[in-house]
Amino acid sequence: MTAAASTDIVTGSINRGWAARIAARTGGGALRIFLIVVALVWLIPTFGLLIESLRDPAQYANGGWWDAITHPAQLTFSNYSALLKTSAITGSFWNTVEITVPATILVVLIGAAAGYAFAWLEFPGRDALFLVVIGLLVVPIQIALIPVVKLYSALGISGSILSVVIFHVAFGLPFAIFLLRNYFSGIPRDLMEAARMDGATEGRIFFRIVLPLGLPAIASLAIFQFLWVWNDLLVALIFTDSSSQPLTVALASQTRQFGSSIDVLAPGAFLSLIVPLAVFMFFQRFFVEGVMAGSVK
Amino acid sequence: MTQQPGEPIADGPAVGSAVLVADAPTTGSDGRAGKPPRELGQARWLSIIFLGPALILLAVIVLYPLVYSAVRSLFDDGPAGTTGGFVGLRNYGSVFTDPSTFRAVKNNIIWILVAPTVITIVGLIFAVLSERIRWSSAFKLVLFMPMAISFLASGVTFELIYSDQPSRGLANAVTVGIRDTFSSPSLYPETHIRTGGSFTGSASSGYTTTKAYSPGTPVLIPMVGLSLTSPPKGLVSAQPPSTGPGLNGVVWNDFRRGGGGTVGKVDPGELGLKGVHVQALQDGKVVASTTADAKGDFSFPGLTSATYQVKLPASNFAPPFNGLSWLGPNLITPSIMIAYLWVYAGFAMVLLAAGMAAIPRDALEAARIDGATEWQVFRRVTAPLLAPVLLVVFVTLVINVLKIFDIVFVISSGAGANGKYADVLATQLFNAYGQQRYGIASAIGVVLVLVVVPFMALNIRRFRREQR
Repeated sequence: MTAAASTDIVTGSINRGWAARIAARTGGGALRIFLIVVALVWLIPTFGLLIESLRDPAQYANGGWWDAITHPAQLTFSNYSALLKTSAITGSFWNTVEITVPATILVVLIGAAAGYAFAWLEFPGRDALFLVVIGLLVVPIQIALIPVVKLYSALGISGSILSVVIFHVAFGLPFAIFLLRNYFSGIPRDLMEAARMDGATEGRIFFRIVLPLGLPAIASLAIFQFLWVWNDLLVALIFTDSSSQPLTVALASQTRQFGSSIDVLAPGAFLSLIVPLAVFMFFQRFFVEGVMAGSVK
Repeated sequence: MTQQPGEPIADGPAVGSAVLVADAPTTGSDGRAGKPPRELGQARWLSIIFLGPALILLAVIVLYPLVYSAVRSLFDDGPAGTTGGFVGLRNYGSVFTDPSTFRAVKNNIIWILVAPTVITIVGLIFAVLSERIRWSSAFKLVLFMPMAISFLASGVTFELIYSDQPSRGLANAVTVGIRDTFSSPSLYPETHIRTGGSFTGSASSGYTTTKAYSPGTPVLIPMVGLSLTSPPKGLVSAQPPSTGPGLNGVVWNDFRRGGGGTVGKVDPGELGLKGVHVQALQDGKVVASTTADAKGDFSFPGLTSATYQVKLPASNFAPPFNGLSWLGPNLITPSIMIAYLWVYAGFAMVLLAAGMAAIPRDALEAARIDGATEWQVFRRVTAPLLAPVLLVVFVTLVINVLKIFDIVFVISSGAGANGKYADVLATQLFNAYGQQRYGIASAIGVVLVLVVVPFMALNIRRFRREQR
């Protein structure tokens, strides 16, 4: 808008008469209203889920969640208190944590080590190997389900949390290596040489120089991986059993009786989104970077 | 690989790995040609330590299954998940001939044709418009938020919206509201003609008198079924039709509270059906139409000469509009696409906005000074400079849409029997897996890889180019 104003000074009113100016001004108002409406439309689904999760489930048959705005008496915490007493749901919530945290840490550690090797260690066939790793980005997880299920049952770890973690780590690695190798190779060569001259071991260089300097990339990677695993449904559907299933699987099994399970589904879904949402709010910049960088998966 | 070092968005604010890489000085890849830092043997030993865990996991969990599935897809399925004999490419043939799998293929094609294009365009529009407001970062935050939410939660959220009953589902509450604003609902959906009278037709086709009336003979149209406990507002008792010029008649509810009265006769206390549309037919053609007044009376003063049949068109009795079946066979895929748009529009917008921020201000200013309109500036300067980022967004969405699973799975399983109309390749693979049809499941998986490869190759090639 300021650019348009400065144009006026240069070109005078030849290009922009009073009509155009009024159009621009009212257009600005219309634009603002339009974007406010868009923002509201984008907020409404989540807001609706929140309200529904706080409503007496008996009311679901009678009317939509918006009824609760005019009848606040419909709101209650009983869904949540009932949900937190359901061991299947609380158990699956902790399963989600137990799957997500190690899967995130391991991808960062293993990916960073490999990224460092690809960026700073000399060994024959390095570039070709790196290309193969990048090439593995094309492999959709769907293709690995059957063979890995068979592999896990041969190893005797079927249905365990460990089995899900291993799967997530392996499929997180191509992207992690790709991202961190690029970032690490931007570390000044002089810094690395100096450390090596001083006799630092590669392990020391890795932990004392590479990891701290790579922190921004690592943060983005960690948030992306955390989000990916926390929100995953497909992998957990295949590899977990009733004792190790995460929240997404526990809830997905309820969607077939959507209407009658709304008292579990709505608060459960809200419970599952509140953690990534908090991460989003607190680490906005890394979050956006992580999602953007990882969108290739 | 969405955005790599050196892309235009690298200069944009706080977005993507591009920023990460741009933060660090770029002496890396070409500066590494110097002498090996350690003895070769030691370096090799070190590389094994650093690379070992990653390579083992990748080989066992990613690479081996790829080979396994490629081989397994060539074999038949024995009973209970065992491997049958070698069948060559027959499983691939089944992917395109089996009706349910082929429906998934078609749905996937629809997804590819529609979703990435629409989301990229919507993202672009939002990116362009949000540049002009002061609270653009808040706007971006709101639109980006769904990216944090699992498809499970989004699926549940949108099932609440798509619920069939207008009283429950937001989508139908809105459509019914809009529709009722622009066209008034029918007045008497539950009434119908008294049986045994001289009428043909039904509530859904409209009622026509079997005999023709001449002016002067009143047309009596007895209806029943009006809710007497809560009748529509403004109804009063019907009266036998007045005898004016032309064709006259009365349409009324031939039943009063408490019963009594004579069938086919206007008795006191029986309500006239105000507002009913009445048509006069001559030789089957509509020659005049009118509306019943408060007492149920209608008249065609202009019709004086011939004989006429009288028709009550079906619009009088149309059942109330109850909204669309969003999760029905026809709309379920578009409905899921809308949910997907809700998730990904912010993603496209943030990437594109970063790309636009990287366009040199000078170019835009110069065009404006030369007298270009805002549209010309966008069309001739912004769009061409933004093309690489548009491609990144589009290709990324294509890759994601090809593999789409979660949101289709969640919404379709909530849609009951209609869920199968939303099937895509990935859900079909999951179904085949559940039925222990591993041959066909492997074939679907290989098809998925094959269709993803060209798009991934595009991304990887660009990345390689930018590395030099």
